[in-house]
Amino acid sequence: MELKKVALNDLHEKLGAKMVPFAGYNMPVRYSSDIEEHLTVRNGVGVFDVSHMGEFMVTGPHALDLIQKVTSNDASKLVIGQAQYSCFPNATGGIVDDLIVYKMAEEKYLLVVNASNIEKDWNWINSHNSMGATLENISDTMSLFAVQGPKAFEALQSLTPINLSQIKFYHFTVGEFAGVSDVIISGTGYTGAGGFEIYVRNEVAEQVWNKIFEAGKNWDIKPIGLGARDTLRLEMGYCLYGNDIDDTTSPIEAGLGWITKFTKDFINAEQIKKHKEEGVSRKLVGFVLQEKGIPRGHYEIQNAAGEKIGEVTSGTISPMMNVGIGMGYVATEYAKPDTEIYIAVRNKQLKAKVEKLPLYKANS
Amino acid sequence: MNFPAELKYTKDHEWIRVEGDIATVGITDFAQRELGDIVYVEIETAGDTIDAHEVFGTVEAVKTVSDLFMPISGEVIEFNEDLESEPELVNDDPYGKGWMIKIKIADASQVADLLDVAAYKELIGD
Repeated sequence: MELKKVALNDLHEKLGAKMVPFAGYNMPVRYSSDIEEHLTVRNGVGVFDVSHMGEFMVTGPHALDLIQKVTSNDASKLVIGQAQYSCFPNATGGIVDDLIVYKMAEEKYLLVVNASNIEKDWNWINSHNSMGATLENISDTMSLFAVQGPKAFEALQSLTPINLSQIKFYHFTVGEFAGVSDVIISGTGYTGAGGFEIYVRNEVAEQVWNKIFEAGKNWDIKPIGLGARDTLRLEMGYCLYGNDIDDTTSPIEAGLGWITKFTKDFINAEQIKKHKEEGVSRKLVGFVLQEKGIPRGHYEIQNAAGEKIGEVTSGTISPMMNVGIGMGYVATEYAKPDTEIYIAVRNKQLKAKVEKLPLYKANS
Repeated sequence: MNFPAELKYTKDHEWIRVEGDIATVGITDFAQRELGDIVYVEIETAGDTIDAHEVFGTVEAVKTVSDLFMPISGEVIEFNEDLESEPELVNDDPYGKGWMIKIKIADASQVADLLDVAAYKELIGD
């Protein structure tokens, strides 16, 4: 299959990015160094081009009915200008995808889904649209930039009359940004470093990107690749679909009970409610290595006796803590914080400790 | 990218400098760039005699882990201890301070099987 390109593909190549195939797209994995880029976002401000993400518009008098049916969180609680993390449960107890639901207006919602699942999600939602909501896949027309870091607001305030620091977490506004109207400016991200995300049409993507870098120059703003995006999200313990959650993981096992609301009906609610009430046999945990080494996906998780109790789903070195960190499913009796577990790294058993999320605690 | 002409290379992206019956081994500029920030070099084979193409260690980058292979057969007589505290030397100076092991060559005829700089550049499309 030929790789798809984001609107600014050539610009990233000119900037010297190393491009890799990711979710069917040719994407910048790093521009200089994973660690430098990670630190730029934690300490200053950086910009990710995440235009590979998918966007669906759901409109009409039955828009909310459809969203309530296919997602686990309660979208009826959203006010206009508010966003919500959610997931699509499948019919067998797992997850089709995780997503963000934006309430744009009465009877108008934007769903933002993972690039790797655009087609799967589209087919899934359409197959459940018996109520007749209007669906439009606008993924190929939209660019998405994540401006992340503690300096994000001040660095780019000059580009917009909207007071950026007033945009609350998981809220958004639509307005003028970098000379373009109707830009969605959203208090979201995938880094835990603060900042916002902006959705623009592809035709103006380059103009907006260039203005961001002009305006942010004095704050030393930098382009950031997907490599740092992964280490940043792992320090926070955010799930990555395909690694930590997938078609076979229950939202309850994955620690996503907080976005699973049984106050409304949704696909397979009954089975997931059962998971919650009766308990699950494995749970997704975050852990920190107590000795030198780096956990990677699919490494075995063991108990002190060397018996397999689970498997790593994501792992890396934490650039902030300079230790190996990861996430993985373990048998429920090992899921409590401070439990000692072991990661099988090649021929060794490395000691690790289950930790409450986030793994990187900014203020400690 | 930099590929010194006096070195020999392997398809696994190691370089080797032969001086008499001793050879120094590291990974190429291409390899360190592909890996990204190197955070851990694990070599626990000092004193072992290892065949060509067998694993002598592991290099961990932020994003990935990769095995290190013997370019030719021999005994690992030394590893670069500086890499324990400064693994980033492999990124900064892959052919110099970022060297990984020294080996006592078991069979000098194997050197002829290694790639010269032109062949290595062709391999990576440089």
